[in-house]
Amino acid sequence: MSHESTTDAAIESDVEAAIRENHPALITYITAGDPSLEETKAYVEALDRGGSDLIELGLPFSEPIAEGPTIQAAINRALDAGTTPRGFFELVDDLETEAPLLVMTYYNMILQFGGEPDVRPFVERAAEVGLSGIIVPDLPAEEADPLREACDDHGIDLVFIVAPTTEGERLDRIMSQVSGFAYVQARLGTTGARANVSTATHDSLARLSEYDVPKAVGFGVSEGDHAAEIIEAGADGVIVGSALVDIIAEHGSADSGTESQNTAEHADGDAAAELEAKAAELKRGARRGAADEDAPEPEQP
Amino acid sequence: MSTSERNRERDSESTFGDYGGQYVPEALMPALQELEDAYERYVLENEDGFLDEFRERIRDFGGRPTPLQRADRLSDRYDREIYLKREDLVHGGAHKLNNALGQVLLAKYMGKERVIAETGAGQHGTATAMAAAHLDVPCEIYMGRTDINRQRPNVYRMRMNGAEVNPVTAGSGTLKEAINETMRDWATTVERTHYVIGSVVGPHPFPKLVRDFQSVIGREAREQIRDRAGRLPDSVVACAGGGSNTMGAFHEFVPDEDVDLVAVEAGGSSLEIDEAAGLAPNSATLSTGTDGVLHGAMTKLLQQRDGQIVESHSVSAGLDYAGVGPELAHLVETGRVTPVTVDDEAALNGFHRLSNLEGIIPALESSHALGYLEEAHEELGDLVVVNVSGRGDKDLETVLEETENRDLAAAPDVEVFDQ
Ligand SMILES: Cc1ncc(COP(=O)(O)O)c(C=O)c1O
Repeated sequence: MSHESTTDAAIESDVEAAIRENHPALITYITAGDPSLEETKAYVEALDRGGSDLIELGLPFSEPIAEGPTIQAAINRALDAGTTPRGFFELVDDLETEAPLLVMTYYNMILQFGGEPDVRPFVERAAEVGLSGIIVPDLPAEEADPLREACDDHGIDLVFIVAPTTEGERLDRIMSQVSGFAYVQARLGTTGARANVSTATHDSLARLSEYDVPKAVGFGVSEGDHAAEIIEAGADGVIVGSALVDIIAEHGSADSGTESQNTAEHADGDAAAELEAKAAELKRGARRGAADEDAPEPEQP
Repeated sequence: MSTSERNRERDSESTFGDYGGQYVPEALMPALQELEDAYERYVLENEDGFLDEFRERIRDFGGRPTPLQRADRLSDRYDREIYLKREDLVHGGAHKLNNALGQVLLAKYMGKERVIAETGAGQHGTATAMAAAHLDVPCEIYMGRTDINRQRPNVYRMRMNGAEVNPVTAGSGTLKEAINETMRDWATTVERTHYVIGSVVGPHPFPKLVRDFQSVIGREAREQIRDRAGRLPDSVVACAGGGSNTMGAFHEFVPDEDVDLVAVEAGGSSLEIDEAAGLAPNSATLSTGTDGVLHGAMTKLLQQRDGQIVESHSVSAGLDYAGVGPELAHLVETGRVTPVTVDDEAALNGFHRLSNLEGIIPALESSHALGYLEEAHEELGDLVVVNVSGRGDKDLETVLEETENRDLAAAPDVEVFDQ
């Protein structure tokens, strides 16, 4: 394999270990509270059973500027259901998954958690409930010092996003600060399932190949074949969100059974089963990609 | 160090005290760096004669300088000297063109192929569409559904100037949602697109860039009041939504500690936030907001305790925003600018009063500043400059509707229009 562990003295975090030891890794995302926190619990457990190696849980923020329509709608459903940071942390506290959990949220949610604008109470609570990492789509490396220091103090990874526009000095700087893994944004724009893998993905992975940091590709990945292609192109993991959120959206809320909607026939269990199956498909795709990647290599010294 | 070097150094800082910064998706960071370089070269250093071209165009196309007019009847009414800075006379009917023209021209100098913008009242969208037509740059505008409905004339004007208008239906369909959507577009097309942000908000360097293009208001006013009154005013009064006409009017006076700077916010119908509903029946961010991060900057915000941004309200679409420019937040925090509020009703009265007494129909945004004048002229000193940020033609429908439902002291009988 091309991914021997580093000989660095640095201790591998849970997040980094989850990716390296399960290479090729599957990272899944859903929005917490969509359509309710109880259902999220069942869905996360299903994603875990389906073979997720890391699970990202979105803590909804009212102004999700990095999200496309699918996740935006999920966030609105979660907010309408009354999802709060406190409820979110209780859910995480309750969850027992094989896969380490990360929270994905916007900076203002982190700042406001303790009642005064300060990142520390959020990070302390995250550590307390066993979260392994934090991803903040509107926090570039330039503004991240306070959060990074708090995360370091609590042994939590702060994952940075590398965009197709990230090059040169910026790329060096970000890669030197990455902990856990580098979140490689597959294409410009917002999140959302797409029909194909962007050429930007291949360019980004080529640009990143010299850095010995786990790389996971997200934004637009929706099928096992995409996962295969991305792993074959040199990624250590794939990140899938909107395609899973679509499954949840199609099933609606099992709680609203009193309405005369035909949601009753879509029991909660169906969505969970579908999520589990989808995760398994994606994981199989990633494995296929790894096999194809390794296949031509045995001749090489 | 030369003055210009010192200015450059100060202007390359991304914050104003605790406020400002660059809280945006990583994909946009290189574009902000590129904009910062362009700002320093073209705007601060006048490279390739950028500023000369800007000044010529804002004069010939934009109609600057605007007059500083003595308001005779208001002066009598309040028993002090009231001067109006007539930004309603800028081409397009508002101060917004100062910034829009500056930024579209800058986009051209930067080699961008396309500009996008958000708009609340439609004035910034209109100004951007006009500047883009004038400079031959393709232009798309994002506008909330609610705002499209209450600012129809501006939607037509944008379309007539060749811009696409994209309706935004999320949330309450006002400025906040339009900004979110424009940021999403920008994150997708950033390599060839410039985002012409409409106020002194957003990530660095936008608050400085927009302030610099708008500071022509205060620069002219400062000179004009000296010519007319032989001294600086006791106070300068301007309405504040995002804060661009505000910073524009105030910036040149900031070092003049004897000049009071008063930012008038939309008090709406009440200053309380309804936490449960996530609604603020006002847009009084400077007066009642708390520190947080929205749309790329740390600033004062209308938010719930857990960090969710609330929907704001004002009878005037252009003030209806849950955030405010970070520099203005800083000037308020340090005591240099005084924030005050005027409710919907007082603003409507201000609208009618200026129309009736002075023959100037002001924008509902500017009417807040005029409403404050009525309420608190005694605190403003003997010589007062009020920034009339725009004209009210766009607001006539709203004003008729809102006037019918209320008992307004300053309003004419509007029933006649109903027949
Ligand atoms: C005439 C007028 N005045 C004021 C404003 C408020 O914006 P700002 O606070 O940035 O000046 C607007 C916004 O659309 C406007 O159209």
